[in-house]
Amino acid sequence: MTPRSPHAAHARLLDEVGAVDWVGVEERVSKFATRSIKRASKVWGLKMAVSMTDLTTLEGKDTPGKIESLCRKALRPHDDPEVPHVAAVCVYPSMVRHARRHVGVSGVRVASVATAFPSGQTHYRTRLAEVRGAVADGADEVDMVINRGAFLSGDFARVQDEIAGVVEACGRAALKVILEVSELETYDSIRAASFLAMGVLRPGDFIKTSTGKTSINATLGSNQVMIEAIRDFYLDTGVPIGMKPAGGIRTAKQALQYLVAVKETLGDAWLTPKRYRFGATSLLNDLLRQFEREKTGAYQAPYRFSEAAESY
Amino acid sequence: MPATRRTRGRAPAGLVFGDLWEFDPAPETADPRLRGRYDLFIGGRFVRPRSGKYFDSINPANERKLADIALAGPADVDAAYAAAARAFRPWAATPGRERGKLLFRIARLLQDRAREFAVAETMDGGKPIRESRDFDVPMAAAHFFYHAGWADKLEYVAPGRAVAPLGVVGQVIPWNFPLLMLAWKLAPALAMGNCVVLKPAETTSITALKLAEILQDAGLPPGVVNFVTGAGETGALVMGHPGAAKVAFTGSTEVGKAIMRQLAGTDRRMTMELGGKAANIVFDDAPIGQAVEGIVDGIFFNQGHVCCAGSRLLVHEPVADEVVAKLKNRIRVLRVGDPLDKNTDLGAINSRTQLATIRRLVASGLREGAVMFQPPCRLPERGFYFPPTLFTGVTQSHRIAREEIFGPVLSILTFRTVDEAIEKANNTAYGLSAGVWTDKGSRILRMSTELKAGVVWANTFNRFDPSSPFGGYKESGFGREGGRQGLLDYARFA
Amino acid sequence: MSRIPVTKTPKVYIGGAFVRSESARTFRISGADGAFFANIPQCTRKDLRNAVEAAAKAGPGWARRTPYNRAQILYRLAEMLEARSGELAASLVRFGAARRDAAKGVAACVDRLIHYAGWADKYEQLLGSVNPVATRHFNFTVTEPMGVVGVIAPDSPPLLGLVSMVAPVVACGNTVVALASERFPYPAVLLGEMLATSDLPGGVVNILTGLRRELLPTFATHAHLRAVYAAAGGEERRTLRLGAAESVKRVRFVDKAGGDWLADSAQGLEMIRGFVEFKTTWHPIGS
Repeated sequence: MTPRSPHAAHARLLDEVGAVDWVGVEERVSKFATRSIKRASKVWGLKMAVSMTDLTTLEGKDTPGKIESLCRKALRPHDDPEVPHVAAVCVYPSMVRHARRHVGVSGVRVASVATAFPSGQTHYRTRLAEVRGAVADGADEVDMVINRGAFLSGDFARVQDEIAGVVEACGRAALKVILEVSELETYDSIRAASFLAMGVLRPGDFIKTSTGKTSINATLGSNQVMIEAIRDFYLDTGVPIGMKPAGGIRTAKQALQYLVAVKETLGDAWLTPKRYRFGATSLLNDLLRQFEREKTGAYQAPYRFSEAAESY
Repeated sequence: MPATRRTRGRAPAGLVFGDLWEFDPAPETADPRLRGRYDLFIGGRFVRPRSGKYFDSINPANERKLADIALAGPADVDAAYAAAARAFRPWAATPGRERGKLLFRIARLLQDRAREFAVAETMDGGKPIRESRDFDVPMAAAHFFYHAGWADKLEYVAPGRAVAPLGVVGQVIPWNFPLLMLAWKLAPALAMGNCVVLKPAETTSITALKLAEILQDAGLPPGVVNFVTGAGETGALVMGHPGAAKVAFTGSTEVGKAIMRQLAGTDRRMTMELGGKAANIVFDDAPIGQAVEGIVDGIFFNQGHVCCAGSRLLVHEPVADEVVAKLKNRIRVLRVGDPLDKNTDLGAINSRTQLATIRRLVASGLREGAVMFQPPCRLPERGFYFPPTLFTGVTQSHRIAREEIFGPVLSILTFRTVDEAIEKANNTAYGLSAGVWTDKGSRILRMSTELKAGVVWANTFNRFDPSSPFGGYKESGFGREGGRQGLLDYARFA
Repeated sequence: MSRIPVTKTPKVYIGGAFVRSESARTFRISGADGAFFANIPQCTRKDLRNAVEAAAKAGPGWARRTPYNRAQILYRLAEMLEARSGELAASLVRFGAARRDAAKGVAACVDRLIHYAGWADKYEQLLGSVNPVATRHFNFTVTEPMGVVGVIAPDSPPLLGLVSMVAPVVACGNTVVALASERFPYPAVLLGEMLATSDLPGGVVNILTGLRRELLPTFATHAHLRAVYAAAGGEERRTLRLGAAESVKRVRFVDKAGGDWLADSAQGLEMIRGFVEFKTTWHPIGS
């Protein structure tokens, strides 16, 4: 039975996925921040975080040249061969073919935002066309935004149908569904939207917090609500969905806290770039800086690291 | 590459909490600045016990001796009461704002030395440094800070009535929160203008005596606070001393009753904060993720050495399997071990005696047919440790559902209706605390009304605050600590 | 021969009914003039047990009444006393009170009930609190009745003492098992009749008569009595405290010798505070 009124749909969805208590979530994540990660475990965490980074540039002023230097950085973030390449470069659709050319068969994947990123406010057929275009240009992964307007007005069927349409348009490309948590506002809504998306995703697809284009991006709290949703969905269905917090994660210390949350909530099987990503730009340099500090014992100056961009 | 088809319907999925990413040891290295020997604190000075005797205080994490602690005998307790009695009149006559400033100063000095106190507390009692650092010590300072502000506002404590201090108060505190319980007892008594003779628990005397150093630094007049150390016999002397106008005790119900009998022939005022066997009730509409967190906080906080621990979990049948499964996953990532490691969640059991009690009750649970779950964990070879433990298949008649275990052991029962939950929750001689987890506001208020407990945590558990009155119903004791209500228990009407 | 008056058989008031002692025992009382007055039920510990059961049964309903309703019922009880104040005064005079003192005492009983009727819907605002905790929680403290409270009334004054002790206890939602003055039980029997005609539900106040030395130990040890409020002295206090220790019962005393029961200081918020438990509830403040 499909509920007809938005109110009934909302009540039913919340009832199905269960409630979330804001203060309880904040208390839980504050404990992740007290974990003290030292020495070898820190180096392991830093390298893992590098390998999980979707190195991102999403600006109107992006040029093929900028993409090229981003890709160089992605392929070889650090002179030390111990440091892995990042997971992906994340660019606008028009830049996909340039990125594709530079990363080649290195294993670094090309991700493209699509579906009228970041607002999603254009015709559905246009959004689908954008996805198909990005995939045709060589995108391995597509980062879409959900229809927040439809979600907030209770039209959940439409939200889910649109995601299903994008899944189809992706073909072999993996999909990351951006909930834009700051616009959903409550943890209840974030959990509900996570389930809506996961209901039509394939194993290996992701849900993602933010576009990075609003005032509040990923937080440990919204990350926690989403990885608990992933956990509950996995335990229920056996379908493993990946997670990508994006925006606002600028320091190695923050990244390690996110990884602790993953370790203690989803377990070892999610401590891999196949299932967990960081959408970030400046994070990479801080990871490298801390890596260098662990290796040499000396604190490092930021100017020694390239591309210290501050977009997000 | 993502698969193209959903895999619904295959075997149930599990999570792996292994050692892919092990944490290196992260010991807290601040110097606790311990002395090799701690004397009694009487009349503002450290004095050797007239008994001439000392006993060992050991670190329960490794069984190594930390210090010699003075054993107070009758003459020592007399001396402490005499010092307090001498100090009382001038202290009570000190203007409230001046008393308040001294209490503020104590709070500040404790904050200054917070890390040092946290390390000392952890070494002496076995609790994880994360808790002593983030909870015990800051909360102790907060109690002094809160009550300091009351000292010059006592005319507002009881509407329409003028209040006055009682005189000398005898206090005996337990080993589970040594410094915090001391602050709970001292701060309101001093704010009201009383003097104090306090006995810390035998296994955890050190932070009280370190606080004595702070009292000296703060310039608290000699004799206003006196610490006598020792075991149960010293405690009985403190409780039974004729110089006490009031006694305040936190500890087991058994000892509380003995004190009540001991003082039956006197008009001594009393506050009793005794044992508990709290029900933590989870309804099917609860925010399950946070409920599981609350259950873990409720029973594994301070190794379960908490009188208000949520030791009886009552789960609504429709979500019982889910809650238990999630609990098992959650406690797989609890880290048990060296209390000084910053990543330790469960530290050492406070003493060999307490470890034996826990083992005995756990054995009774197994004997009576309950089903035990313990996650795999490596316990240190030396020291007193017990892994986090769940019992399912527990009924109301099991000993582990009725007796206070005071350890990291959770008994899980189920219920079907609201009335059954209330009935089971209240089916105990205790009444200290209770928890309820539901998304329905009106049900929270109903449960809060019907649960016979002095503290009800709704969608949270084990939260404390100096402004929040704490204390029990029924055999969990009487009187309150914290807030305006607790302060009044240290006053008489003028 | 002039008409022989019909004398009343005094009974105790338990669970809203007038009963004799289950033991069928009685004790004689005489008026101040020495003449036989009546045989009074000599209640036993079993009567006490029955009364506690009646009080426990009435407890939840009484505690759930709105404070406004409890206030009105206490006021109604005052109306009943006022209407029969002559009879109450006469009963005090019969046992030796001066006529003026008796009238003053009964008037004080009525005023005391009105005093506590007024408290019923106010004490919560003064005793309870909203507590400014340092975390994101809404935290408030409310009072709750303790449950069944035993009241042991003084011999002097027998009626004002009993009313002064029972009124604050029931005003805040407890139910009561009271033991009337041993020497002057009859005014308490009359009070029972007035309770029965007020709107106070049966079982909320139960009044026993009998011998203190027989009943005191059971008041002390009955675990279902959650508090005892006694006009008692030295050895009796010790007995009550010793028994109370076994179930961590709350004990409160008033001076056996009396003190000034007529004074305003014999009433007030503090009497209510002695018979409530404080309950603190925490809830997160979230979205």
